[in-house]
Amino acid sequence: MKHKYLKNVVTLKLDEEKCKGCGICAIVCPHEVFLIKEDKAVITDKDSCMECGACAKNCPFSAIEVKSGVGCAYAIIIGKLTGTEPNCGCSGDANGCC
Amino acid sequence: MDGNSRIESRQGCCCEGSGAPLDVILPSDDDLISSIISSPRIQKVSAELTIHDKIGTWKARWGINRMNYKVSPGVYSIGEADNMSPVLVTANYKMSFDLLRKELSGLNAWILVLDTKGINVWCAAGKGTFGTDELVRRISIVNLSRIVSHKTLILPQLGASGVSAHEVQKRSGFKVVFGPVRASDIQDFLKAGMKATPEMRKVRFNMYDRLVLTPIELVGTFKVSLIIFGVLFMLNLLKAGSFGIVDFYGYAGALLVGCVLVPILLPWIPGKAFAWKGWLVGFLWAGYVNVLNGWPLEPEYGLLRALAYMLILPSISAFYAMNFTGSSTYTSFSGVIKEMKTAVPAIIGSIAIGTVLILLAAFVPNI
Repeated sequence: MKHKYLKNVVTLKLDEEKCKGCGICAIVCPHEVFLIKEDKAVITDKDSCMECGACAKNCPFSAIEVKSGVGCAYAIIIGKLTGTEPNCGCSGDANGCC
Repeated sequence: MDGNSRIESRQGCCCEGSGAPLDVILPSDDDLISSIISSPRIQKVSAELTIHDKIGTWKARWGINRMNYKVSPGVYSIGEADNMSPVLVTANYKMSFDLLRKELSGLNAWILVLDTKGINVWCAAGKGTFGTDELVRRISIVNLSRIVSHKTLILPQLGASGVSAHEVQKRSGFKVVFGPVRASDIQDFLKAGMKATPEMRKVRFNMYDRLVLTPIELVGTFKVSLIIFGVLFMLNLLKAGSFGIVDFYGYAGALLVGCVLVPILLPWIPGKAFAWKGWLVGFLWAGYVNVLNGWPLEPEYGLLRALAYMLILPSISAFYAMNFTGSSTYTSFSGVIKEMKTAVPAIIGSIAIGTVLILLAAFVPNI
């Protein structure tokens, strides 16, 4: 069963002008958001995007933009309370080190 | 070497800037390192997990020593790795390292472990510690081009949010190939000439994947639960019998709904927002608690208190279920922010009103 999260919230953007159709976005995407059609990437399933940022990071032509961040409520709450960037609890910094 | 050695990571700190291996090798009955080969920096490891490794995984799942469950960064060899063997890159969270090496039996390969501060690949990639800079740095520290004569690195696909393949190639000369999401597909990926099927590229989040995450969710609530029980106990000192067994199992049930039941039943609970899913199941639980105590006739603890449970218990479940967004593999930052904008005020509001009702019921006679 495919998991579905909220619709129409994702910040993913693709600049078709810049895209050269190399296909790396479709390779790194963990949710099959992209498809390569006629030597261009197209976003086929935007609502499945989890904003991990892998596509934008790996696009050699800077054709993809996405505001990536941790999709974690707890991290966002702690971030708000402490006035820092949301950072999930799986951080090693919890050791009180550094 | 006697084949019985273990790596001991230096305790605690991540701030060693030099990047030199932090480990001392101590003789022990843990045979993680089956022998030491020529270079002091390359350790030979087995594809077999020992009982020790399995207990370590179990402990980490329960949050025991989870933040310090590390192997040292560097190069490890599996089988009879030579200069043509593939190089697989992973994080220095020991669970990640073990999940990878147990899939490599029969293979000759190198494992390049990055210093991710003991965090798994995906989380570390999100933070940037499993990242371009660390990879380029590690390649040069271990002198990778003297270990292998080819120029290809295989990274787990989920490392892609931290590692920019074209930038790594520009800076190190090594070509990054993103392998499958799951280590269990690595042998098929290699056999297919480093080609991943669409199935290998997709992140799953099936019932078992969700189930193994529930212990850490529960463990994470112990502290706040103890505080809540402490406060109820203090209130009981003010007026004996104000809080009792119903409050205890009511809360415990609401917590289990949010931390265990919702994660397990996730795709089958109607709705999309996690807080909503938690609220819905928590509402059923709260209704059941009241029915157990005599609803729809007036429960022995009175209607006011019954109403308070309907407000408080679903909100507790909603809160814990909302926190599971961080463990899920498909929630976006924007989506979680949107969900929280409604959920957080609603949770705080209904817990506040419910608390007032419950205090009135407990401390104001004849209401």
